[in-house]
Amino acid sequence: MIDISESVMQFLLALIVAGPLIGAVAALLPAPPGLRGKSPDQAVLRHGVTVTGAILIAAIVLALGFDHAHPSRMQATTDVSWIAALDIRIHLGIDGISLPLLVLTALLTFLCALYSYFKLPAGPSPKAFVALLLVLESGTLATFAVLDLLLFFLAFEMVLIPMYFLIARWGGSEGVTGGRQAAAWKFILYTLLGSVVMLLGLLLIGLRAGTFDMVALATDNGRGLSTSVQVIAVLAIGIGLAVKTPMWPLHTWLPDAHTAAPTVGSVLLAGVLLKMGTYGFVRIVLPIAPDGLRIFAPYLAAFAVVGIVYGSLACLALAGQGASGDLKRLIAYSSVGHMGFVLLGIATMTPTGVNGALFANIAHGLITGLLFFLVGAVKDRYGTADLDTLAGATGAALYGRAPRLGGLLAFAAVASLGLPGLAGFWGEMLTMFGAFDPADGLSRPAFLTFMVIAGFGTLLTAAYLLIVVRRVCMGVKPPEAPHLADVRTYELAAWTPLVALTVLAGLWPAALLGLTDPAVQKLLAGGKS
Amino acid sequence: MTVAAAGSVASAAGLVQSIDWLAIAPPTITAVAALVVLVADLFVPEHHKPLLGALTITGLVAALLTLLPLRDGDRTTFCLPADPTVCSYTADHFALVIQLLVLGGALLTALLSLSGIRELPVGEYWFLLLASAAGAALLPASRDLATLVVALEVASLPAFALVGLRRGDRRSSEAALKFFLSSVTATAVMLLGVSFVYAATGTLHLTQVAARLDGGVPAQLVTLATAGVALTLVGFAFKAAAAPFHFWVPDTYVGAPLPIAAYLSVVGKAVGFSGLILVTVIGFPSYAHVWGPVLAVLAALTMTVGNTAALRQSATRAGGAVRLLAWSSVGQAGYLLVPIAAAGYADTARIGSTVAYALMYAIVNLGAFAVVVLVTRTKPLNRLSDYRGLASQRPAVALAMGFFLLCLAGLPPGIIGLFAKVTVFSTAVDAGLGWLAVVMAVNVVIALYYYLQWTAALFRAPEGTPTGDGTGEPSGAGELVIRPAPAALTAAIALTAVAALALSGAPQLVLRFAATGLF
Repeated sequence: MIDISESVMQFLLALIVAGPLIGAVAALLPAPPGLRGKSPDQAVLRHGVTVTGAILIAAIVLALGFDHAHPSRMQATTDVSWIAALDIRIHLGIDGISLPLLVLTALLTFLCALYSYFKLPAGPSPKAFVALLLVLESGTLATFAVLDLLLFFLAFEMVLIPMYFLIARWGGSEGVTGGRQAAAWKFILYTLLGSVVMLLGLLLIGLRAGTFDMVALATDNGRGLSTSVQVIAVLAIGIGLAVKTPMWPLHTWLPDAHTAAPTVGSVLLAGVLLKMGTYGFVRIVLPIAPDGLRIFAPYLAAFAVVGIVYGSLACLALAGQGASGDLKRLIAYSSVGHMGFVLLGIATMTPTGVNGALFANIAHGLITGLLFFLVGAVKDRYGTADLDTLAGATGAALYGRAPRLGGLLAFAAVASLGLPGLAGFWGEMLTMFGAFDPADGLSRPAFLTFMVIAGFGTLLTAAYLLIVVRRVCMGVKPPEAPHLADVRTYELAAWTPLVALTVLAGLWPAALLGLTDPAVQKLLAGGKS
Repeated sequence: MTVAAAGSVASAAGLVQSIDWLAIAPPTITAVAALVVLVADLFVPEHHKPLLGALTITGLVAALLTLLPLRDGDRTTFCLPADPTVCSYTADHFALVIQLLVLGGALLTALLSLSGIRELPVGEYWFLLLASAAGAALLPASRDLATLVVALEVASLPAFALVGLRRGDRRSSEAALKFFLSSVTATAVMLLGVSFVYAATGTLHLTQVAARLDGGVPAQLVTLATAGVALTLVGFAFKAAAAPFHFWVPDTYVGAPLPIAAYLSVVGKAVGFSGLILVTVIGFPSYAHVWGPVLAVLAALTMTVGNTAALRQSATRAGGAVRLLAWSSVGQAGYLLVPIAAAGYADTARIGSTVAYALMYAIVNLGAFAVVVLVTRTKPLNRLSDYRGLASQRPAVALAMGFFLLCLAGLPPGIIGLFAKVTVFSTAVDAGLGWLAVVMAVNVVIALYYYLQWTAALFRAPEGTPTGDGTGEPSGAGELVIRPAPAALTAAIALTAVAALALSGAPQLVLRFAATGLF
């Protein structure tokens, strides 16, 4: 949109990746005079807001400078040798697929830092909290910006340690068997097990093809790799990514981690970390090993639709009266369902399906991020996220006691169930369109069945979300109930961008699809186009 | 050297051999320093004994500095007068890198020892340490079987004495005895193997052994040669603590003075691995079909045994921290074996991955031991639970320890640990050892579990404070006066931490060895 020289773009992208890391180190050092603020805690939290804010501005400028006429071309690329022995290069670049995810990550992290500035989760020193948040941001941004297989792996792993400590030290133990420590362990062990297998797959591809460069490999479109190598590689990489996504039946770490994590941890986990898995499918598996994926695509789609139905049924069970379901756990399960749509879209291997998957990715990040913020706020006010305790006999009466909060929760819930006109709709519709007419070589009857099951899943999703809205927002306001604060200013500041973007993406999907579609077409076609 | 000397006796003209003194300077200076310390110990009065430590460090630094002019890696000495290409001592890149590792490791061990060996006989301690380091520095450069065995014994014999140096400590003596007996058995077996090889080939020089084993062995001696190859490997496998020759490790490490445990875990291992590389890759390349699969199985066995045992360490057992490091070092030995095994299937350039991994491992393991030494000063029981809450007492040390452990585990931010593992993985995948790569992957996850548990404990609230009280202020820390750490120990931790950080930023510094031929 605006013309920015290529070297400035390169610098911006490098800044986006490295900036948070430098900020994290700076957060651990004592504040310089003049920046001490009212107290050391306040100073370091302000530092977090400043750094994430600067990164967000850099990301927005990058998005403005991005050549929207050619979103399929890698832009702002840097390519320097790092470890010659392993042929690892620091290769950064963005195209229409990674740019939206990059901006989403920068936005969500900034909102989380802002939210924490006013409401720090209970735990040890805020210094460590800010440092971990920034390392987490650097890892996720790097995942979306790097174009080297091993660098991708490095970035993929980088988020584990910060997330582990965020859950284990700043989380809550309510509603988790074994407490937050156990949940954090489960999270890190599951992901590690998956990613070590993924590393083997990445090495196999890199050594057989002779390069770790994603662009070169994608241009090659799997022609340099025999089908058997592709099959093994897709299986190994797929397991690693599927754990992260998470795909049913590898999702079992997710509900505990979400329930135990502090609000900002949940927001980032759902909004950003899960996207790393699906992004890996689109960026690595789909273009680099298409023959391998074609063999696994029906299974991937089958697991995806099982995930959709399973997630919805689990949510229905949790939402019911007497199930003592935790709201955070419920939204975590709903994530399993939503990510099922994303995986279904990828499994169709068609431009429509993959575009839908990418759209659903962004929409899920916006909506579920908002939902976790809102549930966190509800938990703060009521002291519990347990649905039965919350709702009592008739309902939690959020409309009556905190009308704006109730309204926002209802808005996020209907957005999540895929109401046309909001962001959740387009992704689900496009993935089902993709399943209606899958790529050549994939069994159409099978995918038609998957489409029908997925459609059934959307009904179930609507059912449980409406039940949640009824039980939390409606109900009789108890006369002696203590006063509940409605939406506070800082909460409004943190949530408004998400609400606005949800509406915008719902009403003007072309803004996003115009970016992703050319890039997806190119990925699917490889070097042929 | 003896063989070279014997060879020169044969021709009267070559009675006086010209020796490249610079090439042999690193082990020689160390050995001379050892003798100087031993003699000086007799004349230095008791209150000036710390001078001996300074002398040791000076000697090691001098030996390290002589590596600089050698860095072209093209010097040889003690060659056969008849055939100057066959030499007993070669200062090639492989030898120089291992010498750097060994002498650097000894230097760090000396730094760890400065503050902690008051109750030990100081003079003997420094002498034995230097003597062992001299042997370890000689070994990677030796290119005939006799010199190899002599170097191995020079490196090992002082180590037995060092382990048992804590007089009156039953555990220390028992550890030394265990170490000694099993080591001597292994040496005897190895000597038998060497004699078989000599009988079959008629030479001790590795390059000549290689040439003659490759088809030059009479048919009736092939079995003898094969047995010789296998038995020779046993001795080195023992030093490298490969399963099933690993059982001495935990008891020896726990019984030994802490700096010596660190020394054994790094330098002792380097000795075993460089010997193993020399005999397999240079000496017996034509028998790759024998040692390749054997080493692959040994690697899988070693890492599995080490990591599962490390996993089972309880947090409250006395000496648990050292025991965990001991078992983890057995596990790491398994990873180190993988590229050597892969060299049996593919080309020899692969063993550079072992060297790169060993360098990484040496730095971070010595760093971890330095932190253990520091913690043991205040908490002599040295349980794993003693590390809980270290972050609130010594934040910088806890951060360093966390970094070392993550490097060992191979998880970012321990980037160098991750990429060292990646090179090892890639050798296995490249050589078609897919099953070994998978076994290693499982082991990496097992190891991650216990390293991470330790890391997590460092940053947990100290004992006595209810967890998650939100203040981060340990309530019991008021009474606990934190003594400042001794300068040498701080220097050791800082040195290793800076080195590990630098390598994480520029892994190419060590990983370049993985890509080039070192011989």
